[in-house]
Amino acid sequence: MSTVNVTVTVNGVERSAEVEPRTLLVYFLRDHLRLTGTHIGCDTSNCGACTVMLDGKIIKSCTLFAVQANGKSVKTVEGLAENGKLHPIQEGFKEEHGLQCGFCTPGMMLSALELLQKNPHPSEDEIRWGISGNLCRCTGYQNIVKAIQYAADKMAKGEA
Amino acid sequence: MIPPSFEYHAPGSLADAIGLLKQHGDEAKILSGGHSLVPLMKMRFAAPAHIVDINDIPGLDYLKEEGGHLRIGALVREADLEASAVIAAKFPLILDATKLIADPQVRNRATIAGNLAHGDPANDHPAVMLALDAELVIEGSGGERVVPITKFFVDTFETALASDEVLKEVRIPIPPAKSGGAYFKLERRVGDFAIVGVAAQVSLDGAGNIQSAGIGLTNVGPMPIKAEAAEASLAGKAPNDATLQQAGQLAADASKPVTDNRAPEDYKRAMVKELTIRALRRAVSRAEGGN
Amino acid sequence: MAETTSESLGGIGQSVKRKEDLRFIQGKGKYIEDFYLPNMVYGVFVRSIFAHAKINSINSDAALKVPGVVAVLTEKDLAGVNLAWMPTLAGDTQAVLAGEKVLFQSQEVAFVVAETQAAAVDGASLVEVDYEELPVVVDPFKAMEPGAPVLRTDKEGQKDNHIFTWEAGDKAKTEKAFQDAEVTVSQKTHYPRCHPAPLETCGCVVDHNAFTGRTDIFMTSQAPHAHRTIFALISPFKEHTTRIVAPDIGGGFGNKVPVYPGYVLSAVASLVLGRPCKWIETRSENIQSTGFARDYHSEIELAATKDGKITALRVKTTADHGAFDAQASPSKWPAGLFSICTGSYDIADAHVQVDAVYTNKAPGGVAYRCSFRVTEAVYIMERAVDLLAVKLNMDPVQLRKKNFIKPEQFPYKSTTGWEYDSGDYEKTMNVALEAVGYDQLRKEQAEKRSRGELMGIGISSFTEIVGAGPRKQFDILGLSMNDGAEIRVHPTGTVMARFGVKSQGQGHETTFAQILAEELGIPEADIIVEEGDTDTAPYGLGTYGSRSTPVAGAAAAIAARKIRDKAQKIAAHMLEVSEADIEWKDYKFQVKGVPGKAKTMAEVAFAAYTAIPDGMEAGLEAVTYYDPPNFTFPYGTYICVVDIDSKTGEYKIRKFVAVDDCGIVINPMIVEGQIHGGLTEGFAIATMQEIRFDEGGNILNGNFMDYMLPTAVDTPHWDLDRTVTPCPHHPIGAKGIGESANVGSPPAIVNAIVDALSHLGVTNIEMPVSPWKIWRILHEKGVA
Repeated sequence: MSTVNVTVTVNGVERSAEVEPRTLLVYFLRDHLRLTGTHIGCDTSNCGACTVMLDGKIIKSCTLFAVQANGKSVKTVEGLAENGKLHPIQEGFKEEHGLQCGFCTPGMMLSALELLQKNPHPSEDEIRWGISGNLCRCTGYQNIVKAIQYAADKMAKGEA
Repeated sequence: MIPPSFEYHAPGSLADAIGLLKQHGDEAKILSGGHSLVPLMKMRFAAPAHIVDINDIPGLDYLKEEGGHLRIGALVREADLEASAVIAAKFPLILDATKLIADPQVRNRATIAGNLAHGDPANDHPAVMLALDAELVIEGSGGERVVPITKFFVDTFETALASDEVLKEVRIPIPPAKSGGAYFKLERRVGDFAIVGVAAQVSLDGAGNIQSAGIGLTNVGPMPIKAEAAEASLAGKAPNDATLQQAGQLAADASKPVTDNRAPEDYKRAMVKELTIRALRRAVSRAEGGN
Repeated sequence: MAETTSESLGGIGQSVKRKEDLRFIQGKGKYIEDFYLPNMVYGVFVRSIFAHAKINSINSDAALKVPGVVAVLTEKDLAGVNLAWMPTLAGDTQAVLAGEKVLFQSQEVAFVVAETQAAAVDGASLVEVDYEELPVVVDPFKAMEPGAPVLRTDKEGQKDNHIFTWEAGDKAKTEKAFQDAEVTVSQKTHYPRCHPAPLETCGCVVDHNAFTGRTDIFMTSQAPHAHRTIFALISPFKEHTTRIVAPDIGGGFGNKVPVYPGYVLSAVASLVLGRPCKWIETRSENIQSTGFARDYHSEIELAATKDGKITALRVKTTADHGAFDAQASPSKWPAGLFSICTGSYDIADAHVQVDAVYTNKAPGGVAYRCSFRVTEAVYIMERAVDLLAVKLNMDPVQLRKKNFIKPEQFPYKSTTGWEYDSGDYEKTMNVALEAVGYDQLRKEQAEKRSRGELMGIGISSFTEIVGAGPRKQFDILGLSMNDGAEIRVHPTGTVMARFGVKSQGQGHETTFAQILAEELGIPEADIIVEEGDTDTAPYGLGTYGSRSTPVAGAAAAIAARKIRDKAQKIAAHMLEVSEADIEWKDYKFQVKGVPGKAKTMAEVAFAAYTAIPDGMEAGLEAVTYYDPPNFTFPYGTYICVVDIDSKTGEYKIRKFVAVDDCGIVINPMIVEGQIHGGLTEGFAIATMQEIRFDEGGNILNGNFMDYMLPTAVDTPHWDLDRTVTPCPHHPIGAKGIGESANVGSPPAIVNAIVDALSHLGVTNIEMPVSPWKIWRILHEKGVA
């Protein structure tokens, strides 16, 4: 069984592991780096629980081999808060009750992050499309929309 | 959920990629966006011994107007199409379809070339490219060749690509003035493959009559379908209800749907007609400068 | 000093932000897959490709040659330790691994154990099973025909595929009422087989330590104590040396109530190998093999007078239970609480019969986000009321109001034996009618119809029955359905509280702390709630059927009141007055009539460990096991407005008003979240979620590519409101709310769609309502 060395900058820190080429990025993060905030909710690339950012773009880490991320940078839920301060998206999810079981939440927040980076003032409809690759079974999405609106408002105020 | 083992190759050039494909023949698979291949591998429906990852080959991510064509490189992602000014200005049909493909995460990875090269009649771009009369630039160990989209799809999951060839570029003629297109897609839920999809592209003449029309159908047969009789029926006609109705009927006649998880055959056929009418109506409206 | 108020404490009625969120939003929740124990092995199943087949042989040679594969367990290995079969929650037996034959597609056939998950998957793909196909029984009606292949040949005395017949109500009186009826309606309908599909699948890590003799089982369990007792009853594991820990759970919805073969095999593997064993099912395995829900084929009939008084109800149901009867229902209630199907209406006579049958499908019948079989009951009744309204040419609102149980009739004894605790159905309905603008909508609908446009308004005025026990009548495998609470007030006035229920996203850590804050006068921030660890939690039957607030929430209040009783004695001692002179007022112990003379609970707590009166035991703790005297009966009125595209059959929910009454609300924010979620799952069931089979018993949509769950774009916006009718028998007046919305919403949606088509003579459409079904109708009627 051949392995390859994979080095990925994860949340700003260079991390390496010897993995089989078939190792999916999500297993690299979870099994090898023990960053277990990224979850696995399906086996068909549908649910979005494993969403992370690869070089600033959201992807499904269950549909990318870790070796493909070699030399690239990955942001996971563990990298959302900076300097001990919650990201406005994290704050929004707590304030607006945007989570219940919490299983979809990490992926959902990363989708929200890309959405707000592309579109800082999204409408409700745009938010719903922005998170359409992330399934949630608990919240009915309504408070997730509110959570992202909260973050958008907060981030806009931060810019001003 | 765990794919079978394989040997991984990340060639630095197209030539190297083709060399690897030639060397490993049917044992090798090209990996670009990965959203067709990797799910199949996770389910163990596909087990290539060699993966040729073309993602890091430089110079394949261009999207440009040149020589009367829009040229889209093999590594242009759906999200690039979504964000492209030229797509927004001149190819509303592509924009319509792209926005409805899967979800934002998938569109950040999935490529238009992969969407075509998979040969899946459920994919959206085949119908779109059939409506737009695209050409595909293919490169292999025997050199480069250009294949019209109508000759590209050979069977379900089978295309004109040989095992040592790469779909390098999608080349689409820039539509004349007074052109418009639209994609209509019925889905079981957002992001799903189409129950039925219809791509329509029209160009109007000075009098406002239809000069030419292209119609492609998604997921209503073993292969993507170009509704040629429907297209022909529109030429020279005023885009009125009767004309569109007739084209819709001809498109439905050209479809070969089967009953499956998505819907029964009779519904799909009826929806080909209805969606063709709607897509044409919007295409005409866009050609006239509307939305 | 600032005044202590419910708001300052974060007590009952406050939208306190959730305590559990901090870890979840930072990726620090700990779910089952996040457990990595040293020296751990991984288990993966080989599953049947056929729905019904004889197993001639299993060849593990190739699998065992895969580097890293440690063992391949088959039925023969289990038979050796007497674990080839396990009891189901319904008292049937289920094969842990298939022996002589497989009975459903995806049934567990072998368990491959390896050093890595990848090696286990590789190994599983190489196990060769020689099958001999047997005739497949998919249709539950055909299963009951004479000559149908008998599936459960393992069960002695089982001569057919019939599991049970269960009846409620008075058959003769009901028949008489139908004979005398001025008007009757009837409808056959199928509540489709669906799957709860929580976003986290099921799994476990079992760690048996041969040196200490102890076994730790970390598992996705909605009921850790009940599961441990069952383990102890069926396996070599003893209750005192076995610890079940349910960690953070990524949604349950009933799916994590049954015991699955994966848990048993991981335990066996750990026991045999002396190493921890992890088993995490894939999503496809989850949908294809673990507890499904519903699958009730019902015929419902109503008898009524010409002016719309419903006189009798008759229901005959054939229930498809799959290959093993593994539904989760209390022992004496094989069809659960299905006889609640008289709903919100005062109906003199009813008769309900359920016949359950075996088919070649996965076992289950779990209470998917509902109390046992209540969803099925509510659906048929709310559909039937609409049918009657059409037949009588009456507005469905008027018909419902005419038949509602009236406020003065509570406590109301129904003809099938339930005692409804409280409600004011008409008041709640009126709030919904007002919110949606009902009269205006009917005018709009009439106008639209005249233009050929399709719009419908659907109503559901449902009643739920949640919070099992009472323990005398309700048990799971003999375990009475009461639940414990254990509270410790520390010397510094902070609190640790533990419960036998287990949150899966409902927010117990917050809401139970709020109950205690209210009862103890201690801020919720100073209260920590723990659940899920059998080593520490008091006994309880777990969380499902909306029983956490009705049972454990009540236990919290009762235990807190025990603490207050003792604290009051200590306070009297501290204040040097007699206990009778002390009153609990403004969250403090005060000397009656002397407002300045008071002790807080924190002050009393310190004294409880430092300065207790003579003759009193130290400490300030309490344990309670609460046996609910009755169920709670949350209810509501939902109104759904749909617009249908007459050419494609596509429809859009334009507006959905949900007015719920769950009695006293502990945390309005959380209650709204529960309703949003329940409505969305109800919407999903009504419109897309269905597990389908072909004639060979092959699952047609056993993964997330084809088992449809709604995205944010598909999901409607929900408009909520509420009325408050306190539960008279619950210590804080609360009723369960986690499931009402899932129970009440499907009929509102289907009623709306049927209403949009009713002028064409349409009276029914089956769930899930796919656009093609509507198109077919419109096409047949010449509209599309």
